[in-house]
Amino acid sequence: MNSTQTASADAARRREGGGLSRALNVSAVRRFLHRHPGVARLGVVILIFIVWEIAARTFMDPLFVSPPSRVFTSLGSVWDTSGVPAALRITFFELAVAFAIAVVTGLAAGLAIGLQPFARRSLMPIVLLVYGLPQITILPLFILFFGIGPPSKIAFGVTHGVFPIVITVVAGVQNLKPILLTSARSMGASRWQTFRYVIFPHMIPSFFAGMRLGMSGVLLGVLLAELYVSTAGIGYFTQMFTENFDPTKLFGLIAMLAAMAILLNEIVRRAENHFSRWR
Amino acid sequence: MARRDRARRLASRAVQIGFLLALFLLWYLATNVWGVNKLLLPNPISVWRQFVDVLRSGAFLPDLRVTASEFAAAFVLATTSGTIVGYFISRSRYFTRVFEPLLAGIFSIPIILFLPLYVLFFGLGPASKIALGTTISFFPIALATIAGFANVDRALVAAARSMGASNYQLFRYVLLPAALPVIMGGLRIGFTIALLSILGSETIASLAGLGHHIVELAEDMEMSRMFAYIVFVVAMVALLNFAVSYLEARGRRHQ
Repeated sequence: MNSTQTASADAARRREGGGLSRALNVSAVRRFLHRHPGVARLGVVILIFIVWEIAARTFMDPLFVSPPSRVFTSLGSVWDTSGVPAALRITFFELAVAFAIAVVTGLAAGLAIGLQPFARRSLMPIVLLVYGLPQITILPLFILFFGIGPPSKIAFGVTHGVFPIVITVVAGVQNLKPILLTSARSMGASRWQTFRYVIFPHMIPSFFAGMRLGMSGVLLGVLLAELYVSTAGIGYFTQMFTENFDPTKLFGLIAMLAAMAILLNEIVRRAENHFSRWR
Repeated sequence: MARRDRARRLASRAVQIGFLLALFLLWYLATNVWGVNKLLLPNPISVWRQFVDVLRSGAFLPDLRVTASEFAAAFVLATTSGTIVGYFISRSRYFTRVFEPLLAGIFSIPIILFLPLYVLFFGLGPASKIALGTTISFFPIALATIAGFANVDRALVAAARSMGASNYQLFRYVLLPAALPVIMGGLRIGFTIALLSILGSETIASLAGLGHHIVELAEDMEMSRMFAYIVFVVAMVALLNFAVSYLEARGRRHQ
């Protein structure tokens, strides 16, 4: 349906073009955009920024909205605000530690639960139940137990990140064809060999899928805890910029954090693509 | 064979119940026998008393009303905007190719980051929570709508057209039934994360609501009552999730 529509639209355009070079150019641009949706996507993003720029410069209150050009040029001054580089470093450190702990414990727990049918049947419902609970309600408890420094953020990040990893690892082990295990054992593979050459390679794709979900969980947990209470992390600065009605710096800091999140997500996604290629 | 299956199922149930009992026992022992500080971990019995008191006195009602109305507003806004935007994007393959990766890309950023901005724009009241909940749950709903409508079997569309279906008939009898299960999946995700983000933004910066009340109790060091509220919110969310799963399963069966 669509292709016929575009074909007739093309024909109509050709008819009205009538040899005028301008019209030809327009249709050439259209055809180019049609073949490269990525360019059109970029155009949409640029358009949004232009609208934002014009709106912020004309009728929006400068106490609340800052034009993107000013945000961009002030990135340097955000970086120079004393404490901001350290805050970003702390947040990155919290994310890295939380992610490492979540991956290690998630993998260990996932294997322990997934490799044993009985453990899987009895413990998986508990894991799913806990995963479905709104963890945000116990955030104040984390602060109470672990203090307002980095440990509470790391702990909250771990509890957000570990469950998706456990669940995907268990699912990955579960999807292993029993025939592979049986044939490995009948060919005389030891427990370790079975794990190393059968279970492990089959688990890799789901493990990396779990890492990707775990990374978004860790990001969510750490950022929630940071925004909730913070003495030196980015939560402190977002609150300060908000209270000082300094949208330029607030936008800049959030842009930096978003860039950090995108970068971390992208690394894990690349790793996932890379390691699931062998299939 | 059947008997062995049943024995197995009983055994795993026993492990589950045993696990929960052990957790409660540990909690009881830690507070009553080992003397863990009451400010860190309150006694389960006093938590239970507070919980009953909260339920009986109806003290939760004002906060529940705030949270529920914020959630309802956010979910309705996200559902209408998400399905409408998703539908119009899905109507053209080209638009799908342009906008779908854009939406998916934004969705992969932790949107909770924008909370300080929303607080700046909309203040500490319900408006900032509604805005955040709407933004966060808009994306899965729009993406699911696009996926649902874009993956309708072309043969079905062609068949309906050749039998002379009008635009409305095509939408009502072919596109919608085919896309609905996928859209329902998106609504389900949107439902959960809208609720979580509203509770979360109430916890972080707000004036009222259940999340706010828990923080207040934590700051007053009223631990038993705070635990009682946590139990209340967790039970409420669990019930809501259960209800949604039930409705979803029923919807599936009717198709």
